[in-house]
Amino acid sequence: MGRLNVDLCGVGLDNPVIPASGTFGYGHEFAEYYDIDCLGAFSFKGTTKEPRFGNPQPRIAECAGGMLNAVGLQNPGVDRVIAEELPRLAKVFHKPVMANVSGFSPEEYAYVCERLDKQPQVGWLEVNISCPNVHGGGMSFGTDPEAAAQVVRAVKAVTAKPVIVKLTPNVTDVVSVALACEAAGADGLSLINTLQAMRIDLGTKKPLLANVTGGLSGPAVFPVAVRMVYQVHEAVHIPLVGVGGVSSAEDVIEMMLAGAAAVEIGAANLTDPYACRDIIRDLPAVMDRYGIQNLRDIIGGAHG
Amino acid sequence: MEKGVFTITENVPVAAGVYRMVLAGDTSAVTAPGQFVDIRLPDLYLRRPISVCDAADGRLTLVYKTVGRGTERMADMGPGRELELLTGLGNGFSLDGCSGRPLLAGGGVGAAPLYLLAKRLVQRGVRPLAVLGFNGASDVFYADEFAALGADVTIATADGSRGVKGFVTDAMAGLSYSYVYACGPEPMLRAVWESSATDGQFSFEARMGCGFGACMGCTRQTVNGPRRVCKDGPVFLKGEIVWDG
Repeated sequence: MGRLNVDLCGVGLDNPVIPASGTFGYGHEFAEYYDIDCLGAFSFKGTTKEPRFGNPQPRIAECAGGMLNAVGLQNPGVDRVIAEELPRLAKVFHKPVMANVSGFSPEEYAYVCERLDKQPQVGWLEVNISCPNVHGGGMSFGTDPEAAAQVVRAVKAVTAKPVIVKLTPNVTDVVSVALACEAAGADGLSLINTLQAMRIDLGTKKPLLANVTGGLSGPAVFPVAVRMVYQVHEAVHIPLVGVGGVSSAEDVIEMMLAGAAAVEIGAANLTDPYACRDIIRDLPAVMDRYGIQNLRDIIGGAHG
Repeated sequence: MEKGVFTITENVPVAAGVYRMVLAGDTSAVTAPGQFVDIRLPDLYLRRPISVCDAADGRLTLVYKTVGRGTERMADMGPGRELELLTGLGNGFSLDGCSGRPLLAGGGVGAAPLYLLAKRLVQRGVRPLAVLGFNGASDVFYADEFAALGADVTIATADGSRGVKGFVTDAMAGLSYSYVYACGPEPMLRAVWESSATDGQFSFEARMGCGFGACMGCTRQTVNGPRRVCKDGPVFLKGEIVWDG
């Protein structure tokens, strides 16, 4: 076993670096640029029951140290993902992929997960509970421990694959949602999704994004993500995937010290298509600098 | 697509708020006119997509307008400065399918990528018409450069201070052409799309996240479904285009 190997919910990874959902498409764009088999895994574009066009333009804004997106879960729908995207991915990626799933009711999540459960390429289901609950007044599932648990139970009933629940940071107490997901049977948690944010255009004096609000990501959110991973690691016993503004090998190590068993990299892929490849390349030298022999030994190392 | 470091050799104004930046570096990834580069700028998180005006033999020419923080920062940069670019992004214009006498319709700084297109057409023995529209005489750039390539140039200005008074479509009205290539702001593209009787290709601007097809930030609807301006475009065939509203 190499110095970078880690385990995520019983599935071995060559390294902890996982491109985050929504920043890596279904893989083939990046496969044009480098051999994506160097990745630990990757989380594909958030997939829903029905095809979605997503939000109107503009969908992207910028800020100091990051960006806002309001793409709105554009995806071709689970049937076409299975029929078209996964076969295309099989040609360029020869490891288990993380299937990111979104829905607007527990039944929709279960519908999508049940179909993806049958795909041998899928190693984990990553369930994005930041979506609005159409039967719950539009409030995000992820902001209410009981609504989050409902989704987890619905998904766990239809799949034997590890279920990783992606938590939203837009809550008062992320630990209570994390504990509810763990109690409902989640095999792991990934955190954090983007922070709700907005920008206003001084020229038009109106919100810059057509959707008014968007999700903030990039280095600006990294310390928030580290804090939440640290807090959740104190409370739960299932593995965590640290996500949020990770942009360097140093950031990967910091996130793992906070408690992450693996680390997702999002916005950094958008500013540099080679970001993940370069971070994996840089890890051994950075580990040497900090006297780290094996990454798997530092998970949660910052805790007392 | 390639990632590489380029060195600015020239950065001069060519019209009001419009600059020409020439950079030295590896231009081999630029395979078609109408492609763009994505520039990393100091202290700005996202790269800035700028269309290629000309590229040959390690010399990359960008003509850009200062419209925000990124382009304003670019305008302040002098020769010798190094910039990291992604090059060869987007599909670009196709020279196939164009027969007879093509017309190049440029709106404002949208004229820039049409320059390399005109050059490629002339290399094929095709002499294009170039109809370039601007707000006023102080905004006009590259009229002489297009003419020097051998294009038949018509300038239109909205205020009538130079050339034909009116929009690009007003200047196109009396001309005979067999195909249209257009680049400019969306209302101008739509006017050309509606008024031209021929087939053509239209290059769109968009607010982008990544510039290489990953984020879906710049998606627009087409008759073939959602398409990314940065990766599937920025050039779309006339028959593919769906307009908002």
